[in-house]
Amino acid sequence: MSSADLTSERDLPREREATPRGDIAPERDGPRDTGMDDASLRRWLARTWRTPPGIIGALSSVDHKVIARRYLITAFLFLCLGGLNAVAMRIQLSGPQRGLIGPDLYNQLFTMHGVTMMFLFAVPIVQATGIYLVPLMVGTRNIAFPRLNAFSYWIYVSGGLFAWISFALSMAPDVGWFAYVPLSGPEFGPGKRADVWAQMITYTEVSSLAVAVATIVTVFKQRSPGMSLDKIPLYVWALLVTSFVVVFAMPAVMVTSTFLILDRLVGTHIFNPAEGGDALLFQHLFWFFGHPEVYIIFLPATGMVSAIIPAFARRPMFGHLGLVLSLIAVGFLSFGLWVHHMFATGLPKLGASFFTASSMMIAIPNGVQIFCWLATLWDGRPVIRTPLLFVFGFFFIFVIGGLTGVMLASVPLDLQVHDTYFVVAHFHYVLIGGSVFPLLGAAYFWFPKITGRMMSERLGRWHFWLAMIGFNAAFFPMHIVGLWGMPRRVYTYPAELGWGNINLFITGGAVLFFLSFVLFAFNLVHGALKGAPAGDNPWDAGTLEWATSSPPQSYNFARIPVVTNVEPLWAERAALPVATGLRVDVRELLVSTVAEAHPDIREKSATPSIWPLLAAIAVGGTFLYSIFTPWAIVWGAAPIAITLIGWFWPKGDPEDEE
Amino acid sequence: MKRLASIAFATAIALFLQGCAGWQSALDPKGPAASELAWLIWFFTGLCAVVWVLVMIALAIPLMMRSRVRAEPLVLDAGADSRKLRVVITAVGLTAVILVGLTLLSFFANRTLAAIGSDAVLTIRVTGHQWWWEVRYEDATPSRILTTANEIHIPAGEPVRLLLTSTDVIHSFWVPSLSGKLDLIPGRMNVLDIKADKPGVYRGQCAEFCGAQHANMGTFIIAEPRAKFDAWWNDQLQPAAEPMSDEAKAGEDLFLKRPCVMCHKIGGTPAGGTVAPDLTHVASRQTLAAGTLRMSRGNLAAWIADPQGVKPGSHMPVVQLNGDELNAIVAYLEGLK
Repeated sequence: MSSADLTSERDLPREREATPRGDIAPERDGPRDTGMDDASLRRWLARTWRTPPGIIGALSSVDHKVIARRYLITAFLFLCLGGLNAVAMRIQLSGPQRGLIGPDLYNQLFTMHGVTMMFLFAVPIVQATGIYLVPLMVGTRNIAFPRLNAFSYWIYVSGGLFAWISFALSMAPDVGWFAYVPLSGPEFGPGKRADVWAQMITYTEVSSLAVAVATIVTVFKQRSPGMSLDKIPLYVWALLVTSFVVVFAMPAVMVTSTFLILDRLVGTHIFNPAEGGDALLFQHLFWFFGHPEVYIIFLPATGMVSAIIPAFARRPMFGHLGLVLSLIAVGFLSFGLWVHHMFATGLPKLGASFFTASSMMIAIPNGVQIFCWLATLWDGRPVIRTPLLFVFGFFFIFVIGGLTGVMLASVPLDLQVHDTYFVVAHFHYVLIGGSVFPLLGAAYFWFPKITGRMMSERLGRWHFWLAMIGFNAAFFPMHIVGLWGMPRRVYTYPAELGWGNINLFITGGAVLFFLSFVLFAFNLVHGALKGAPAGDNPWDAGTLEWATSSPPQSYNFARIPVVTNVEPLWAERAALPVATGLRVDVRELLVSTVAEAHPDIREKSATPSIWPLLAAIAVGGTFLYSIFTPWAIVWGAAPIAITLIGWFWPKGDPEDEE
Repeated sequence: MKRLASIAFATAIALFLQGCAGWQSALDPKGPAASELAWLIWFFTGLCAVVWVLVMIALAIPLMMRSRVRAEPLVLDAGADSRKLRVVITAVGLTAVILVGLTLLSFFANRTLAAIGSDAVLTIRVTGHQWWWEVRYEDATPSRILTTANEIHIPAGEPVRLLLTSTDVIHSFWVPSLSGKLDLIPGRMNVLDIKADKPGVYRGQCAEFCGAQHANMGTFIIAEPRAKFDAWWNDQLQPAAEPMSDEAKAGEDLFLKRPCVMCHKIGGTPAGGTVAPDLTHVASRQTLAAGTLRMSRGNLAAWIADPQGVKPGSHMPVVQLNGDELNAIVAYLEGLK
């Protein structure tokens, strides 16, 4: 451990009091940024933090921005694939008894749509946004555990490829994204389809757990001096809470999928009622993950809303503390509602009523968030730009989704609408309204930071209105057709039930909604190539990511900023105070204390390495092989061990030799 | 834009009213449970609509304000913020009150529903199969126990208890115009009480995804006056009708010689399979293959000749028959009223 030796251009007596802990390391010292002139500082840092050139170099990158860009692009491609699935399904359902798609393909389509959107698009993209923004917002040079972060991306890509190659081979899962047993069990799910589902879950969960751990440590230990808990931006809070939810929820689904694959491959009877197992256990385990999953997708989006609104309302968020407490409350409560997915399984009535109450209760902290956002906007007419338009769209749509959620929380009411198109409408209102609309707003908001160029405002408005009309035309009528008795997951329906016209209307809306994404993709490419130069802070926003250049340098900040306000750039108009003392010839970070963010120690950050990729290949290969035989775990252990030894081989640092 | 929206709205309302009168609609209740639930749905919907409109008004307020000229975003009007705080606290309090009210409402609705079947006159065991419903009428006298498939006759105006289970995967029994849904889970038994106010045919279908033919797993509840129901039960207890024509007689022989007999039962003949629907009175039913086809000679022939074309993935295999054989079997089955 090397001691912190920080001086600041500002008078920060308490930081100076934070005396170095641990012994003074007998370390060869190198050049530091203290007193160094700007040009040579930037030269040093660029050389130290760059991603090496060449293909091997690119594959070795541990820069959080590089990894995040890859994540974002990959997740967007999966969104397009999942969207194409949806369009295919809608064409099949546009009229009664259409013969375009048979049940075998249709069942794969809706399973792949759900799996892709949940595991390959929604969770990765909100986490990827966090990978990009959290280190910038807390003012550090890289995410914690950068190699783990790189590893998570490779695992995610291999899981996605695994699922989609299976689909191309017509062996994709066809049991729905929640793959209930016994339908997915050994007796009724022949072939490898359900195994593909189970292991695909494992890939994506490993990767999202890795990102969650890296995010938590980054937020707790790498914040800029002065960014005490009360000055952490709301977006960062949202990612922190989400990461904790990931850490506690994901193991439940990994247990579920592992139990399933044990039943299928090893011959256990965990879910087999004939042998003393229990089919409902699967549902409890799955939804103990599955409900928090919704909040894993939704909470980061609330963070995005909380970042966009202050920039355009031109004031700090009203009720900052209330919003933080709401986030934490939602994080806790999200673990207490899973049974509302199981009201139709015939649970004891008293138990079910408890979950009605808990499901209703989570509307309170969510209400607090909505009211605080509205109150922030009440200071006068906000500056209306595309990101804010999407936030308005979020209010319009998400509030409907939240209210239908209150309807679903009622046990008796749920028994009529459960597993019908009403529920399909509800969760698309929640997930698209609550997460995709903020994400689209966030794309317009942070695109200038990531690329250095603006997206077209004119196309942005067209995109917004097309998406609003398409979305509502596609999904609002689903509430109605669900009440008319149309169950979900049907590949066709008889003409005499009278659902034909409304389904045709829905399909029209779905096509419009899909076109809005084509327009968005065009706007992205057009903006990246020909957009107007953005400058560092095009929206005059207040958080730290806008303090650095657009796009940010590999080292993020030439000097670590010192934070004096929750919106530091608004508080320090002239120049941000900075902390110095970090070495520039090796990758060094400032580690600070959890609560007060006092500078504590200097810590090395990992250098680029090819080993995370090799480890991911070994782990991915093992998962793939394990759908065929349980011995894969034994044979795969050796290559995994070898790659991990390579990854963690001692670097000869004094700290390693202690 | 506004005109477009109002046209869309008018169309939606028109479509909506048209659909309410469907025969598988939660908004067209025909029994006490569904009526209670329809009332609950309308009440929740109305209240939620009011809340939504209020939130949208709150969102529209800043859009109608004049833009503020404030250079410094950190300089706030403390008085305005404390007024806002009061508004937010009031709104949160109101939210909590509404939610408590709705929770109590749904609790009492649940109690009302639970009371419906307390004096059930009839117990019917419904077993889910991929992709049809086995229906067994329980009776204290063993000779009066009746097994049929897919169509459930009940006496109108009397509460009936359904015992729901499954032998393969999870299904869900749902006849929206009579009641909410309940799952059929292997290894478990669920109880659903239903009551139809008036005679009529009420359609339902499986609501839990159960594999390839989940979409074609329909059921019908046929509510009849008590006397008609009793007569129906007595008829159904009779063994199958003797074939009337030579063709039908040949059909019976073929049925008993071919694989059909391995899965299906026809009372009064050696056919005793139990893995597929009981065909003793198949021609008295309104539909074939769990609501997939209407009962007719042509549809019977189509279903037997090409079950995988009619219901791809179903467990009914193709039995090789020439044209005469097919006609004979259809003639026989058609006579099983």
